[in-house]
Order: sequence, then structure tokens, then C-alpha cells
Amino acid sequence: MRKKAYLLVILLLLVTMTLAACGQDSTQEPTQTTTGNQSSRSTLEVVKNRGYVIVGVNSKLPGFGYLEPDGSYSGFDVEFGRALAAAIFNDPNAVEFRPLSAKDRLTAVQTGEVDVLMRNTTWTISRDTSLGLNFAPTTFYDGQGMMVRKDSGINSLEDLDGARIGVQTGTTTELNLTDHMRKLNVDFEPIVFEDLDSVVAAYEAGSIDAWTTDISGLASRQATLADPNAHKVLPEVMSKEPLGPVVREGDDQWYDIVKWTIFATIEAEELGITQGNIDSFMNSDDPVFRRFLGVEGDLGTNLGLSNDFTVNIIKSVGNYGEIFDRYLGPDTVFNLERGLNDLWTNGGLMYAPPFR
Amino acid sequence: MRTVVPFWRDNRIVPILVQLFFLVLVILLGGFFYNNLQVGLDKTGMKLGFSFLNQSAGFSIKETSIQYSPADSYGRALLVGFTNTIKVAFWGIILATILGVFVGIGRLSSNWLVRNVAAVYVEIIRNTPLLVQLYIWYFALFMQLPKIQDSIILPGSIHLSNRGLALPWLVSTSGTRIWLAFFLVGIVAGFLIYKKQTEKQLITGIDRYPALWAMGALLLSLLFAWLITMDKPFLLTVPTVDGLRYSGGYRLSPEFATILLGLVVYTGAFIAEIVRAGIQAVSKGQTEAAKALGLGHSLSLRLVILPQALRVIIPSMTSQYLNLAKNSSLAIAVGYPDFFSVSGTTLNQTGRAVEIITLVMVAYLSISLLTSLLMNIFNKRMRLVER
Repeated sequence: MRKKAYLLVILLLLVTMTLAACGQDSTQEPTQTTTGNQSSRSTLEVVKNRGYVIVGVNSKLPGFGYLEPDGSYSGFDVEFGRALAAAIFNDPNAVEFRPLSAKDRLTAVQTGEVDVLMRNTTWTISRDTSLGLNFAPTTFYDGQGMMVRKDSGINSLEDLDGARIGVQTGTTTELNLTDHMRKLNVDFEPIVFEDLDSVVAAYEAGSIDAWTTDISGLASRQATLADPNAHKVLPEVMSKEPLGPVVREGDDQWYDIVKWTIFATIEAEELGITQGNIDSFMNSDDPVFRRFLGVEGDLGTNLGLSNDFTVNIIKSVGNYGEIFDRYLGPDTVFNLERGLNDLWTNGGLMYAPPFR
Repeated sequence: MRTVVPFWRDNRIVPILVQLFFLVLVILLGGFFYNNLQVGLDKTGMKLGFSFLNQSAGFSIKETSIQYSPADSYGRALLVGFTNTIKVAFWGIILATILGVFVGIGRLSSNWLVRNVAAVYVEIIRNTPLLVQLYIWYFALFMQLPKIQDSIILPGSIHLSNRGLALPWLVSTSGTRIWLAFFLVGIVAGFLIYKKQTEKQLITGIDRYPALWAMGALLLSLLFAWLITMDKPFLLTVPTVDGLRYSGGYRLSPEFATILLGLVVYTGAFIAEIVRAGIQAVSKGQTEAAKALGLGHSLSLRLVILPQALRVIIPSMTSQYLNLAKNSSLAIAVGYPDFFSVSGTTLNQTGRAVEIITLVMVAYLSISLLTSLLMNIFNKRMRLVER
């Protein structure tokens, strides 16, 4: 009896040992091969094999990235994700949106959880150089603002002495706020929340006197407050906030694809090509149009895409101006001015390098 | 005849082999993770290192126990967060224990109302998520209080608004240190005299009034303190509303109050159950014996039941204390700058995920180990002493 028990134990031990040994082999080898693979296989290949592109977005910022009650995503940033899908697959719906918090978003890009991040993310030198990230062209030039109640008697940042100011963790706003207030020598109490919803809820309850984020974000949230007219955004702009897509460093082809997808929408607006009138340009004799639309030349194939990727983008989501107007323009509750985000020809900063 | 036992059946060797096997397994697993990390870091071209801790943090934290300004280093900011976590955990453990013991005893009360109120409290709190409770405390309780201009003023000028709670508080005067020193001397002297007098009383059987003697000693030393300083020990400041904030008094922010209240109420429910179980684990004969000796309800609880129940209670209590300390990391949900919140901000500013997550783990691990150590010492002292 004793003997049998021993035998059984030893047998079990041997089995687990061999299994574990195999387990190690099989876990360690694939990692090496996958890492080996990943450096040889480009993001574009991975995305094409998968059949869709994974885009990290905001799900709580109406107008930019918002999860609709029916489960779909909408917004300015989201639309550029669709544009990217259209450029690669000629299908704006070949995309999976991943809602990310401000805190987790950059890690999600670094680890490859998302192929590209389009979540109102500010381009800064430290993010660009020390985090292993690359920033695609800015899609929205913004600045940081401060919202207060109209009846609070606060008319400038200096009036905020002693105030409790709400801010979301993991944002450039958290730092800008401190920098700016130190400069003005204003003593304030930052209340840092994980979630923008909590910031706004605490502000509406009156526990905090003001809250700060990018002006576009303030406008977006103001529209959802109980009484939007009871609040105002202070005139001071505290910072420059160029917001744009982010990709992981080390894959230049993928970086180029994201870059030129954005530029294509801007170039289309400059050329006057819209979702509605694009077909009329297809037979144009102008070489500028012919090259841009892929009728001649091989601009698309050089990127690893089809030659008519610009056509696919414009047909799916329209040009930059159309995207802007659809989500943020005068017909929306946000009614944002184009301002810096107008074309360079109209005094804005939107400028695409030549398509040639 | 003596048979030679092969090593795989040798009772002395097999356990060692098993240990070795697991050691190898753990090392391989660790190596796999480390390799994974290296590959990931190589890919993004980042290097590990803790030198970033000396860089200027640049973000501000207002709720601090130690001096801090945005010009201080990340290391200092993390330390501020750490002290904030300790502050919540320390008060949380003390208050949760008090609450838990009372509710636990209440659950065994012969009073129908007390028993059932305690039961409802325990069942509701124990069976809902802590994060949800924190949101309810913060948004449904503290945020709904009136604005600071219309603060509720409770007797004793306690101000309550959605800016927090402000209490009258003591501020030190020039003589505070001397007062404090004499107070301590008085306490020690009183204690020694009390002990001596009780001893004499036990030997001689004549009443020696030990408590009176002890009080006398304390009063005498306080009289000396007054004679030396010719000043009050403390001044009382009363909070007043000053624009957007309270000035004077002691201010509890709604964020700190929420996380403390949330943790105390939540952990208190678990402790109550542990206390109840501990009391019920003491055999009924003990209660009856105490009664037979003529001890009243509270005396028998204090002198007979609870000391024995403690042996059952302490080990489970330790894990509740550890839970409380770790649950305090939910503070960021209600805007309290605890260690986890500050490290999150630091992570975001510096992008040093690996280093900061390591720091976070080490910090919480050391809090937990320290708590365990203290509780184990306490447990050892409370163990049944066999005679």
C-alpha cells in the first residue's frame, strides 16, 4: 500500500515535471519567435491580417470621442480612425474602437494594445522623445481653459485664490495648471480625479469652484451641464495643446500611413474636394488632382496602400472641413470656431505637405 | 536484510527535490517575465532607472502631512502620497476596529432593534462593492451638503459644507512643549504610584485609594507646568468662513472624509462579523461561569469573553487591516491624493511604468508586512498562556 502511494506520487511528479518543462519550452520559444516576428512583420501587415485596425479613443468627450447609447462611437477623433480604416481597407467600418482613460492611453500604444491612439492627446517633446512614441500631424489645435460659474464673481485666474480646482489625472492640464498658477502666485487646491465625469459632477455640485481642461473639452462638456448658460470659460488660455494621433516608435511605414491619412483630408479641403463632389474630379486633367486621387502616379503604393486611398478616405468621411463641421461646427451644440484649425489659406494652421 | 532505497523513494530526499523543482519553476517564470520586459523596452528604446525621482515634479498637492511644493522632486511627491495613504490607513484601522467591535457585540445583543440594525448594516455593506459605496458617500452625501457660504454650523462651531468639515482645533503656544513634558511625567508618575498603592492594598487589605493618588500626582505635575510657563497649554481656534475656504480650526477635506468614512464603514462590517464569530467561539460554559461568579453582562464580556475571543479574532482581523490599507488605493476615485494617485500622476508625467509600478508594489507590500508583523506580535502576546 505504502509502496503504491509512493509510486503514484513519483509518477505524478514526473508527469508534472515533464509537462512543466514542455510548458517552459513552449512559452519561451514563441515569445522569442513572436518578438522576432514583430520586428520583421510590420504593423500594416498585422493590421491587414487581422482585417481591421484598432484605434484607442475617448468615450466620454462628446464631439471628439463619445460612446453613443446604441454602442457606436462618434466624434471628430473617431472619424479619423474611420478615415484610417478606409485608407487601408476601403471600409470605414473595418475598425475597432477601444475606449481608453487619460492615464492608460499612452501605455496602450507602447504595448501595442492599440495600433494608433486618436484621443485628444497633446503632443509634447517629453512624450515624443522619452516614451517611445511618435506623434502624427496635429488634427486639432487647442489650448487649456478654465470653467467657472457665472455667479461666482470669478473673472480671471487671479480670482481663483484659495479655490478648489478639479483636474483629470494623467493629462498635460494637470501640469499646466500648476505652472500657470505658480507664475501668477495664486494659491489653489487641485482636486485630482481619475475620471472626467467625477470632475464635472463635483463641479456641478459646487464642491469645486472651477475645473480645467482643453477649451474644446470645456465646450463639449458645457453643452451637457444642467444649465449651460450658468457657466463661462475664463478668457485666459493657459497653454498650447496640439492634439493629434499617436503611434508606437519603430515602424516608419505605419507612421507614414497615419500621417498621410490626416494630410489627405486637409489637402482635399484645400483642393475643394468633398464627399459629395469627388466623382466630378476623377476625370480632371489637372495633374495635381490626378496625382492626389491616384489616377496617375503611385503615391498610394509607395505607402503600402492602394493608389486610390485618398478617394476611399474622402468618400467615407469627407475632407477635414467636413469632419470638423459634422461634429464641432455651427450646426452642432458646440458651435466651435475654426480659428487655428482653419486652412492656412484662411489664416489657420492646417497645412498639408504637397502630394507629389 | 537491508534493502537499498532508491533516491526517488527516499523520504529525506523527495521533499528536497520537490522544493528544488518549484524553485526552478519560479526562477524560469521570473526569467520569462524579465526577458519579456527587456524585449519590450528595447523595442521602444527606453532604459530603466530611478534617477527621475530627483527631477522636479511640477504638479501640486495641497493635502499634505509634510512640506511640499511643486518645485520639489518626484520622490518627495511620492513620499507625500505615501504619508497620505498611511494617514488614511492608520485612522481607518483604529476607527473600523471600534465600529466593528460595537456592531459585532450588537449583533449578539438581546435587544431586538440593536441586533437587527446591526445585521442589516453588516449585510448591506458587506455585499456591495466598495467603489460604489465611495461614490455614494462622495456624490450623494458630501457633494449634497450646502455650499460653503451656507455652511451648516453644528454646536461647538463645527462647520459642515461640501467644502469639507471644519472643527475647532488647538494651536500650540510658547509653553506647549513644557506642558506636554510635564503632562507625560505626570502620567508616568501617576501610573507608578497607582501600581504601588494597589500592591500595598492587596497585601495589607487596607484601602490605599490608588486612583486618587495617581490623580494627585498628575495634577501636581500640571501645577508645576503652569508655574513654570505661566501660560495656557493650548489656544483654541474656531473655524470661520473666509471667502472660498475655511480659515482657522482643523479642516477635513470631503475627499479625505469620504475615503476614511468609506473604508471604516466597509471594513467595520467585516470586523463585526469576525468579532461576532470570535465571541460565539467562546464556549457557553464560560459565560455561565462568569455569571455564576456574579459578574454582570459588561464585566463578563470585558474580563472573560473578549480576552478569549481575541485569540480567534486577531488572525482574521489582520487580513481585514491589510485589506483596508490596500483598499485605500481607491482614493483616486474621490480625488484624495493618496500614494496610488500620486504615483499615477508621476507615471504619466515621466512614462516610467516599470519603475513606478515596482515602487507601488514595494510600498504596499511594506505597509502590509509591517501591519502583519505588528499583529503577529500582538497575537503572540494574546496567546493562551499555559500554566
